[in-house]
Amino acid sequence: MSWFRDFFLPMQGTSHAAAVDNLFMFIVFLNIGFFLLIAGLIGYFVLRYRRKSAHDRVGKVTHHLGLELTWSIIPLLLCLVVFFWGFKDYMTATVAPGDALEINLTGEKWIWTFEYPDGMRSLGELYVPAGKPVKLIMQSKDVLHSFFIPNFRIKMDVLPNRYTEQWFQSNIPGEYQVQCTEYCGKGHSGMNAKIVVMSPTQYEDYLQNGPPNLRSMPLAELGALLYESRGCATCHSINGTKGQGPTWTGSFGNMRKMTDGREMMMDENYIRTSILQPQAMVVSGYEGIMPTYQGLLRDREILALIEFIKKQK
Amino acid sequence: MATTSTPVTHHGGQHAPHASYLEDPQYRGLMSWLTTVDHKRIGLMYLWSVLTAFLLGGLFALALRLELLTPKEDFMTAETYNKVFTLHGAVMVFLFIIPAIPAALGNFVLPLMLGAKDVAFPRLNLASYYVYMTGAIMALTAILTGGIDTGWTFYTPYSTTTGGAVTLMTFSVFVLGFSSIFTGINFVATVHKLRAPGMGWFDLPLFVWGTYATAIIQVLATPVLAITLLLLAFERMFQIGIFDAKLGGDPVLFQHFFWFYSHPAVYIMILPGMAIISEIIPPFSKKHIFGYRAIAFSSVAIALISFIVWGHHMFTSGQSQLAAVIFSFLTFLVAIPSGIKVFNWVATMYRGSISLDTPMLYAISFLLLFTIGGLTGIFLGALSVDIHLHDTYFIVAHFHYVMMGGTVIAFLAGVHYWWPKMFGRMYNETWARIGCILVFFGFNITFLNQFAMGAKGMPRRYYSYLDQFQGNHIGSTVGSWVLALGLFIAAGVLLASLRKKYDAPDNPWGARTMEWETQSPPITHNFPNNPVMQHGPYDFDAPAVRRES
Repeated sequence: MSWFRDFFLPMQGTSHAAAVDNLFMFIVFLNIGFFLLIAGLIGYFVLRYRRKSAHDRVGKVTHHLGLELTWSIIPLLLCLVVFFWGFKDYMTATVAPGDALEINLTGEKWIWTFEYPDGMRSLGELYVPAGKPVKLIMQSKDVLHSFFIPNFRIKMDVLPNRYTEQWFQSNIPGEYQVQCTEYCGKGHSGMNAKIVVMSPTQYEDYLQNGPPNLRSMPLAELGALLYESRGCATCHSINGTKGQGPTWTGSFGNMRKMTDGREMMMDENYIRTSILQPQAMVVSGYEGIMPTYQGLLRDREILALIEFIKKQK
Repeated sequence: MATTSTPVTHHGGQHAPHASYLEDPQYRGLMSWLTTVDHKRIGLMYLWSVLTAFLLGGLFALALRLELLTPKEDFMTAETYNKVFTLHGAVMVFLFIIPAIPAALGNFVLPLMLGAKDVAFPRLNLASYYVYMTGAIMALTAILTGGIDTGWTFYTPYSTTTGGAVTLMTFSVFVLGFSSIFTGINFVATVHKLRAPGMGWFDLPLFVWGTYATAIIQVLATPVLAITLLLLAFERMFQIGIFDAKLGGDPVLFQHFFWFYSHPAVYIMILPGMAIISEIIPPFSKKHIFGYRAIAFSSVAIALISFIVWGHHMFTSGQSQLAAVIFSFLTFLVAIPSGIKVFNWVATMYRGSISLDTPMLYAISFLLLFTIGGLTGIFLGALSVDIHLHDTYFIVAHFHYVMMGGTVIAFLAGVHYWWPKMFGRMYNETWARIGCILVFFGFNITFLNQFAMGAKGMPRRYYSYLDQFQGNHIGSTVGSWVLALGLFIAAGVLLASLRKKYDAPDNPWGARTMEWETQSPPITHNFPNNPVMQHGPYDFDAPAVRRES
């Protein structure tokens, strides 16, 4: 029956997902059963008792206690089964094991930031070891967000005034999509992240040296990747259209006017400062809404972005 | 096309002995409408107003669906899309669905069903209409002066920090709430005090029971929304820290307040729809409603339990696990009375004499769509499954099946059912049925696709999306065109009938409730004499009461 499940649900990334899917499919069968019962009765009655003349003889029954109790009690019992089943899996899903790897997560318009116990931070990409429970301790810097991992069947709102938690344990290395599911404004649809589940040795290596596949990548190529994955693309276009921020097309080497009246040349230093201290220089006609990337980009990554901007002619 | 084959009293039409409320020589001209206290005229003014809101909200929906045809930006920017989906929700909920059945159809039919001359407080009734119009104009002003992009739910702290005309919009909803409260008070008093002689509580048509239960929720729950929105507006204007964490407030508190109103409000929307269905199935089956008391009591049970399930909108909000478990449990309890009603309606058709005129066709559509809407609610009541489905398109599909497949289809059923009484004309039955069938299939194409992509993880309120969801989005958009075509046909058919002379009999469907005992359309004071209860509302064995003329 797994094809039937795959028809409804995304791939399973955790054993919790499998548990949720079992209940989901149970309810699918309940739904189909009851719908066919009701639709079948309606169809049969319409055909069988279609009006033939104004003087059709009709049934006289106006109520039947036994029947009414039956169709109250059976659905009630089924509902109770579903309630307890959902309750049981919910409790395992919300209470994290004590030995979980704790990672702090911050949501803000419109990026996700992860901070590891050793202080390293990562933007939009969460690298975790397979086979180990991971607990996310989450907070928001501005409005409500919600951290949704469809493959793990979990989500939890991220609030500005208190910490919320969720946890998962994936035994299957791979990449999993994260999406924001609490409406948060212009960039809501683009507020994505990626969870990369790695084997424990790969994970150790990652902690030391950063994402393995990026280390030998040419700068401009790395820049293009970062442009998509670090949230630049949400505000800065590379086709000349105006977004939340200025376009990157043909921008390098231009003189630009700031909101405070200064004229600045868009060169390497300008870009570096804009990335690390975005509020220092805001181009006239735009709001100063860009968050700082201080501590979030390695030096080589900043170089890569500069190289990428240069290529946008 | 035989509209009916039951014996009727042909007193309607040009032989009508009394001028109808539409052309009473005592009440002519525009001012007679603007100052009317006749519940029928107020009902009609409400009807045109809510239909205008429905058109507006529908056009917004079509624009949204068009934008979603491709994963990337097509013709709307993110900001525009966010404003349009907010307006679609706010207009549909506050300007259309909430007033649609009680204020438009209820106003017209309820006093007639009770054998009354009018509602208990006719002037309050007119006031409620003007309050509604005031709220509508404020909403329109808010749309034209900057718009709003908060979603119809106004979640904080987004709503307290974003730009646009949010404050004006919240005041608009605040004002609209009073119109809803006025209607509710009026109906409660009317049902208690103005029933025809001999009409006990269990002789009431079920439409009256449903509307009565609705009125109670309106009166009790709407003030909570009003207070909440007032707090929100004060926070925006004076920086009082109630909901905004930066000011020391709690954003989740807003969700509690909001859903404490808005969950019962879901039943303000669906109970009147159920009430219409209870009215339509018996005459088109020529059979007494099955389980009258069960349907009546389940309306009241739904009204009461609906007040204590609001937390099921907040399973992922960070509320405590204990709260989540309790709300999940209560949610399953509120499902049962709705299920009972469906079984009762189906059982009413058993061994009946079923004719498939347009109102019945809509009623059967309702049964099928509402059943899907209700059954998919089971996924969302179950805690572990809801965590996955919350805020995805699955939710969007579920509530459209209940609100549109349920309430709006029932509203259309009611409009087609009472149209001859309201306007004295029969519409073209063939085209009306074609409209109904297109609506049914268009609706299913639109929203079954949304169930599918929601379960796969497509979040709601996204103006661009991952490529993998495009197939379902295309299906949904194409469905929305079929749905719109069906609705435009239905509208055309009804409007075209208004060009004819009066041709509707008093009782075209052979129903037994009292509104069919007066002429079509009724005289200003409803009945030429004071009607007396002579048989039950679903007593098809009793001889039809003949109007004295």
